[in-house]
Amino acid sequence: MSVKTRTRRDILGTSALRPDAVPKVQGKFAFSSDLWAENMLWGATLRSPHAYARIVSIDTTAAWKIDGVECVLTHEDVPGKPTYGLIASDQPVLARDFVRYMGEPVVLVAGDHPETCRRALAAIKVEYEVLEPLVDPEKSIDLSVPPIHPDGNLIRRQQIIRGDQSLIGEVVVEGNYELGMQDQAFLGTEAALALPDPGGTGVELYVATQWLHEDRGQIAACLNLPEDKVRLVLGGVGGAFGAREDISLQVHSCLLALRTSRPVKMQYSRQESFFGHVHRHPARIWMRHHATKDGRLLRVEARVVMDGGAYASTSSAVLINAVTHVQGPYKCEHATVDGYAVRTNNPPCGAMRGFGVVQACFAHEGQMDKLALACGISPVDIRLINAMETGDRLITGQTILNSAPVAQCIRETAEIPMPPNMTNDTDVLAIPGGSGLTATPSKIRRGIGWGVSIKNLMYSEGFDDFSTARCTVEDGRVSLKFATSEVGQGFVTLAPQIARTVLGLDEVFIETIDTGIGSAGSTSASRQTWMSGGAVNGACKLVATNIIAEVAKMRGLDPSTLQIQGTDIVDLSGNAVESVVAATKGKRFSETYEFHHQPTGELDENGQGDCHTAFAFVAHRAVVDVDPDLGLVKVVQIATAQDVGRVLNPLSLLGQVEGGIAQGLGLAVMEEIIVENGRVRNPSFTDYLLPTALDAPDVIARYVEVPDPYAPLGAKGVGEPPCISVTPAIVAAIRDATGVDLLRVPVRPQDICL
Amino acid sequence: MSQMIKVAITVNGQHTTAMVEPRTLLVQYLRDNLNLTATNVGCDTSSCGACTVHLNGEAVKSCTILAVQADGENVTTVEGLANGNEMHPMQQAFMANHGLQCGYCTPGMVMAAISLVKDIPNPTEEDVRIGLEGNLCRCTGYHNIVQSVLAYAEGK
Ligand code: FES
Ligand code: FES
Repeated sequence: MSVKTRTRRDILGTSALRPDAVPKVQGKFAFSSDLWAENMLWGATLRSPHAYARIVSIDTTAAWKIDGVECVLTHEDVPGKPTYGLIASDQPVLARDFVRYMGEPVVLVAGDHPETCRRALAAIKVEYEVLEPLVDPEKSIDLSVPPIHPDGNLIRRQQIIRGDQSLIGEVVVEGNYELGMQDQAFLGTEAALALPDPGGTGVELYVATQWLHEDRGQIAACLNLPEDKVRLVLGGVGGAFGAREDISLQVHSCLLALRTSRPVKMQYSRQESFFGHVHRHPARIWMRHHATKDGRLLRVEARVVMDGGAYASTSSAVLINAVTHVQGPYKCEHATVDGYAVRTNNPPCGAMRGFGVVQACFAHEGQMDKLALACGISPVDIRLINAMETGDRLITGQTILNSAPVAQCIRETAEIPMPPNMTNDTDVLAIPGGSGLTATPSKIRRGIGWGVSIKNLMYSEGFDDFSTARCTVEDGRVSLKFATSEVGQGFVTLAPQIARTVLGLDEVFIETIDTGIGSAGSTSASRQTWMSGGAVNGACKLVATNIIAEVAKMRGLDPSTLQIQGTDIVDLSGNAVESVVAATKGKRFSETYEFHHQPTGELDENGQGDCHTAFAFVAHRAVVDVDPDLGLVKVVQIATAQDVGRVLNPLSLLGQVEGGIAQGLGLAVMEEIIVENGRVRNPSFTDYLLPTALDAPDVIARYVEVPDPYAPLGAKGVGEPPCISVTPAIVAAIRDATGVDLLRVPVRPQDICL
Repeated sequence: MSQMIKVAITVNGQHTTAMVEPRTLLVQYLRDNLNLTATNVGCDTSSCGACTVHLNGEAVKSCTILAVQADGENVTTVEGLANGNEMHPMQQAFMANHGLQCGYCTPGMVMAAISLVKDIPNPTEEDVRIGLEGNLCRCTGYHNIVQSVLAYAEGK
């Protein structure tokens, strides 16, 4: 019998299509905002209009009297823990004595219609004693202002001291860098539906989130319910990018549902969404680089200040990422780093794609360009000379054990052809200013810039990071169960690809994503392909072993002589014994697997320790056209080569790369939440600008495939790297075009043309 | 409560009618009165295009129109595109070219794209980008969306 050689569809390495694309293109996919229940009420939140104030009194009497209002809740009505938070539990469910940022939740209402709720919110009287907000992070460091929170104004300080502290390089360059506050701006705003159990003994919450189990723990504590009485189901998620890692309306909707014994739906408007989730930390970073005169990096000095806003969220972890990445993807033996994450009365900041590394990278890449200039070598050569390799040590003393093809990423990027130069018949829309026809084509200047980055993958600092998956095979069909949040990244595509590859079965179903199985950890830190991919792979392999054992037993064969190849179980000579479909007919196999990554440790007071578990690298080259008269920028092309380990789904990967690049472009030239004395000035999509189809540059992507020895599928996480070094690459290109030493993002027109 | 007004709107070929407040937006009418929730709301300022539908065959942002303005008119949402079980080729093109990730922008994108190709039957990449400029997508970086629309225009 000849061995069948048919190419199988939708296994690992193919561009399998999203299974949820069918309902999504038809409009049948239920986003959290589409949820509805019989007899449902609407919930709404009264928020602080002040950045910092003492609450003198709250009077809800008038709101209770409004027809259709079912319930009005204040901090007194929180039955359990009065606070929540991802790392430190420091944020009140509802403000009690102080409000510490503009938009902080103070009172909740539930009513029969969103309009009823709006009237009820307007009828609530809160008397405030307005206080002078603390908005300068330096004042939180020097402790010159009394604490605005019982936990103090300094969230965390971390130093890194390594090597010779008095070393001075032959070449020394320094700069002060600054990043504004970026918003994740997912398109589907926060929404949830809470369904109370009869008698108020528990609650079921349908919610768009990145981490069901973490939410559950925090909700249960605040509700004073055992965790098993709080069940979370993933509601359709309209993008996340870090903004759904923290609690927003989860506890509130459950509180209202339990109090009214009716289903309660909450949904934020776009404006409320700007106040309803944490943002990317604004940062100020000073760096001084020491090198030999031929450009070898010797020592990095840095001072990093990250404004965490009013509540801690993940600030302490964001800070660690920033300080441990200040050297960039470059060899460096000596370091003197001082980092602070501080509390202010600005909006709270936490996770956003790139998580602290975006900030560090903007500064270290600016420094590499300064170093190149000072040493008289090209931006490419300075990066190649210093490129990190496997076996190198970080400034934390940790040795890089992962594949580290930094030089290869740079070289492959450099090989990508440049875009054509602007000519007389270049479409006006393709030049800065576009249809405004504001630019004189002969005056447009072109610039080229580089950015390269290193990004830690998964969780760090000793956190026991794991993911759980169950694989069940019955009658030739596979079903997979996990709690991995699908936020658009495509794990629902990848998981069946893994199952098809391992099990040789084509029909794969994904069960409801909920807390009915162990935690999957968060969809963040570029971790789900590695972690939940590892869990699904592990569970499928256990089932495959069981199937083979069964076949061996039935046929009196030695199981170690059998394996699954394609869709068959084959013997040592590759002959098919039986198809997997046939072998599982009328039978059921089920296994659960928990995947843990290599353990990590803490940092000591000198910032030494193996605190990260894995790293990925990427290079970006940006080409921009700038109109120097008006300061307008058009990003023409981004070339990139990314260290991905192994390509599991080319189309899906390209989507992550292009989407990440657009977000990095946003930070480079357009996106910023403008905060003045603690007040957010632009909470709307007319004033907070997002890249459109016309802003998105041409992207040419290459993938460097060096399978990682520690990654269960050989593949590294790919979500964050695309958005990290593209920002400094674009800014470097603008510097190249204009000669202006731009040290702050987003770059505004007035930064270029004045 | 302001005076209620009766509207009669043909939606996806079906006659619909309801008493609405004059301020009711078309998108609210679709989502709340008719329970047609495919049409999404992504902003409060008519900036995102997630709510794009067809009004008498032309793409409009349904958050910029009052239900009473659509009285007596024909509205098509993404739910009304399929021909029986057969998806509209634009829907198929978005699927096949990975023109979506989270999918929140997708219904609006698909509607805007169909109207775009109706106006410009053989669009260039630049035409597509200009035509979709009013529709935001935060996930894809737009490339695969543009590819989807070009693939549809070519395959027509
Ligand atoms: S909802 Fe954003 S444009 Fe209509
Ligand atoms: S696919 Fe998420 S907004 Fe477009």
